[in-house]
Amino acid sequence: MLRLPQFQVATPTTLAEAVDLLQRNSPGARLISGGTDILPNLKHFLDQPGLLVSLARVAELRRIDRDDRAGRLVLGAGLTLAEIAQHPDVRAYFPSLAKSAGLVAAPTIRNMATLGGNINLDTRCRYVNQTELWRGGIGGGCLKSEGQVCHVVPTGRRCVAAMSSDNVPVLISLGATIHLHGPAGQRALPLADYFHADGLRHTHAAPGEITAAISVPLPTSPRRCDYIKWSVRQSIDFPLVSVALRFDLDADRSDAAITDVSVVAGVLGAKPREVNKLDELVVGRSFADPSVAQIVSEAAYSQCKPLPNVPYDPAYRREMIRVLTRRAIAAMV
Amino acid sequence: MSQSSAILLSLTLNGEPVQVAAPAHWTLLEVLRYKLDLIGSKQGCDKGDCGACTVQIDGLPALACLTLAALADGRSVTTVEALGCGPVVHPLLDAFDRHDAAQCGFCTPGILMAAESLLRRSARPVTRHEAASALAGNLCRCTGYTKILDAVVDASERLRAEHDDGR
Ligand SMILES: Cc1cc2nc3c(=O)[nH]c(=O)nc-3n(C[C@H](O)[C@H](O)[C@H](O)COP(=O)(O)OP(=O)(O)OC[C@H]3O[C@@H](n4cnc5c(N)ncnc54)[C@H](O)[C@@H]3O)c2cc1C
Ligand code: SF4
Ligand code: FES
Ligand code: FES
Repeated sequence: MLRLPQFQVATPTTLAEAVDLLQRNSPGARLISGGTDILPNLKHFLDQPGLLVSLARVAELRRIDRDDRAGRLVLGAGLTLAEIAQHPDVRAYFPSLAKSAGLVAAPTIRNMATLGGNINLDTRCRYVNQTELWRGGIGGGCLKSEGQVCHVVPTGRRCVAAMSSDNVPVLISLGATIHLHGPAGQRALPLADYFHADGLRHTHAAPGEITAAISVPLPTSPRRCDYIKWSVRQSIDFPLVSVALRFDLDADRSDAAITDVSVVAGVLGAKPREVNKLDELVVGRSFADPSVAQIVSEAAYSQCKPLPNVPYDPAYRREMIRVLTRRAIAAMV
Repeated sequence: MSQSSAILLSLTLNGEPVQVAAPAHWTLLEVLRYKLDLIGSKQGCDKGDCGACTVQIDGLPALACLTLAALADGRSVTTVEALGCGPVVHPLLDAFDRHDAAQCGFCTPGILMAAESLLRRSARPVTRHEAASALAGNLCRCTGYTKILDAVVDASERLRAEHDDGR
């Protein structure tokens, strides 16, 4: 049995109240939504917050709105991943998101897990997502727990634990915006700019800032998109390789010309990786041109460098990025 | 809004209103097992990996080891004990018996709760694939799953046949 550290629980019903509770009790207060990430981490004694502020009763986080005039789908941070995977608008407009949400963990966890929690999922590492006893067994913790070194990059001074959310790469590939509520008011920024490369603090959320919603622009042209997740058990387990793909086309045929492209990989370091220079390489080409799969998968391979922070050999995982990207594009044509 | 270190919970548990006091940092699983003596829900991994603690919250399968008791307040919780209390043997229990779908039995309560939710929400007999998908979060180290899936599909066919007979 794994005991939780002692804390109190607050159950506000509005976002304003939640922001206020976090601020009045900071530091030492943390948010809990579905609890499927924070509770295992607390059971591993990776933190000991005095207060958990639950977002479960904040009704305004549970909205899903399609705004056709603004051309956006707005997803409340409190929606469960099961709800997102099944929602007709998500399935119709963003099939890669329906897929990634439906591939998280297992159905029971998807009934509990929320979008906001998935965006803010703590970074993961084989040396940190372990019991205190286990960490003691390898001679003590690391920068992200109770130690002073990094076991993945012993010469480094930064934690490189992996951004392991299934939905984040997909949402970035779809051009999503994150909407934040905090003590200083509301702000919105591209989801791609929300993350940075520090496993100890991998988001740019200001203290007390809450993810209220994610909005995604509705497609304005024909599109092919997909999400690749490689994991060992294919159920319950986190991705060990993940790649989100989006190609916008000038007509709804597979031999149409590519007008825009986005490829985003996860599970590398603490920050999702947008594969760059693809515009110059493939925009204008026919999507049916077999060289597209070749060019994109080689670019992903050369720019994505997995680390030994999660299970499986990094060289093997890197090879899988190339192979699975090539196959996924070929299958979309 | 509530904020306290020992909390008083009011829930509907297996159809009955229940009030129970517990420390604020306890999980629903701990309250079920160590306050209410409902030990059908198993404490396996205690961190979301195995599904042995699966209960239903408002009719949907959920992991009791990752649910704070404080957040179950006001909700309807169903545990495996509810399946054993009807006037007739529940078709799922009967099918698990006939198919020898339990060996050590540790995973069985969680599997029954995930399967019951699936069968109740399905308007037709479930396929083997649907059963397997619904049970993807439930680990069994004994059976190899074959007999569990046989039993769930069989139970769903019988439930639908009874339903169509208007019984
Ligand atoms: C066995 C198992 C397997 C899993 N497999 C996967 C997987 O395959 N893919 C995957 O992506 N995830 C996986 N997860 C992790 C987790 O279930 C999901 O990422 C889930 O979406 C987290 O959401 P939550 O609501 O449960 O988050 P919580 O645990 O409630 O919160 C997670 C973190 O986000 C913060 N937070 C929560 N809500 C907000 C908000 N609105 N604004 C700002 N911060 C917030 C919390 O303070 C906490 O730090 C798995 C978990 C388990 C236990
Ligand atoms: S990357 Fe290094 S510092 Fe970060 S969790 Fe892993 S071992 Fe610890
Ligand atoms: S005990 Fe809850 S999932 Fe294993
Ligand atoms: S019967 Fe033993 S774990 Fe399933």
